[in-house]
Amino acid sequence: MNYPYYPGCSLKSTGKPYDESMRAVFTALGHSLEEIDDWNCCGATAYMSISEEKAFALSARNFALAEKHNGKGDVNLVVPCAACYLGLNKAQRYLREHDDLRQTVSKALAEAGLTYRGNVKVRHPLEVLINDVGMDAIKARVTRPLKGLKVASYYGCQLVRPYADFDDQHDPTSMDRIVTALGGTPVDWPLKTRCCGGSLTGTVPDVGYRLSYVLLREAQRRGCDVIITACPLCQFNLECYQPTMSRANHTTVHMPVVYFTQLMGVAFGLKERALGLQRLFVPFEFTPAAPESKGAVHASA
Amino acid sequence: MDKWNTWDKIQYESELDSGFAQEVMSIPDGEKLLSCIQCGTCSGMCPLSSFMDYTPRQIVAMILAGFRGEVLSSYTTWLCASCYACTVECPQGIKITDLMYATKRLAIRDGMHPKRFPAQVLATEFYKGVERTGRSNEGSLLVRLFLKTNPLRLLGRAGFGLALLRRGRLSPKVESIKRPGGLQAMLRSIDRGEAARRHTPQATREAVQ
Repeated sequence: MNYPYYPGCSLKSTGKPYDESMRAVFTALGHSLEEIDDWNCCGATAYMSISEEKAFALSARNFALAEKHNGKGDVNLVVPCAACYLGLNKAQRYLREHDDLRQTVSKALAEAGLTYRGNVKVRHPLEVLINDVGMDAIKARVTRPLKGLKVASYYGCQLVRPYADFDDQHDPTSMDRIVTALGGTPVDWPLKTRCCGGSLTGTVPDVGYRLSYVLLREAQRRGCDVIITACPLCQFNLECYQPTMSRANHTTVHMPVVYFTQLMGVAFGLKERALGLQRLFVPFEFTPAAPESKGAVHASA
Repeated sequence: MDKWNTWDKIQYESELDSGFAQEVMSIPDGEKLLSCIQCGTCSGMCPLSSFMDYTPRQIVAMILAGFRGEVLSSYTTWLCASCYACTVECPQGIKITDLMYATKRLAIRDGMHPKRFPAQVLATEFYKGVERTGRSNEGSLLVRLFLKTNPLRLLGRAGFGLALLRRGRLSPKVESIKRPGGLQAMLRSIDRGEAARRHTPQATREAVQ
């Protein structure tokens, strides 16, 4: 299937590997993503602090463009960035529930010659992969099973809270199920949805770093080999500040943090460059354990 | 012993702003604020409450009581990372994250936010950037943030910026929609609506509806 796709601003810069690996994985599974034309900022988090109505109008412009892109019928808009996913979902809900807001926004859209009929469904690729593509298809595509790889799935805040209905808000499992399908070992840990600090790592680093550090330490303590995320800001916070956190806490934090799509691509045997793995600061490489020699089998028998 | 000198913390009812709660509650579903039972679940869930000057539960109580100045000049709302843990857990269904956004907006409107506080500067610069090009450009956003708060940090971060550029994770190219003019016209339309509402007295507005 060909899905209309809203990458969002982060996937054009710091989250570029997310965009690259997302497209590669969808292609590998026989589907494709088509960027909607002329999309704008979703109006998330930082924008919402200045104007709520304008934030909803920004979201609505994207919905109108997605409808235009699709022609007729329902639009399954695929949105990988957790912040965009929340922002667009929030706009959907508020526009549906509050008539006066809908009127204000429709009037604003008309100024740009646009209309929104209400046919867009905002979907996260994780949910699309599980529900549309299916675990069987994912399993069938694996050429390098991630045998022995211990993976901590980090969902963060905005992917599951407060509007997502495809997974549990307290103990989400969608990424863990994908890890199992890829042949890896999901690690059980309690910080799956605890905040990484968001933009505080840039604005109030003393606070932001501490929130990220807690997550990395716990994953390290539980013997994880890699953390996977579905949010460009979580990935950035957890990966890029590790040297700073090590210095501040007189310890060594070393933990590869990749997008769940990058991990899928590795299990699918896709090339490093197609997945943007060369863009990481903390390198991630999976080397399958050497098959046990006959001698070893005899010895243990 | 400054700690024991709490005279300046005493507030008389006449000094409180009884209209403040109404103003904060003007957001969608805002009136749910009135049902707060002060259970403290929000503060318990909040990963940042230990860094805040007032916890989320205290902020809610202060909004309801009319502590306008204290709420709007506090750091609490700017430390909120919008993780929505409080909103999900609130037994009364109060959208606390949305309230935090509402107090941020009022603080900016009335110029009461902590000055040169990076979280506020980031929001303002983000907003301006989107107005110009329709998209957020992370590289220039961070440069503007550091220039306006702590230019020395910009120097300290130059190496990191270069490393991101080398990895193709920051782009010198400015991302923009094709015709920002159309988007700007949309945003002006919302400004006009807001201004019209401000100038229509409450009574007339209700009569019109």
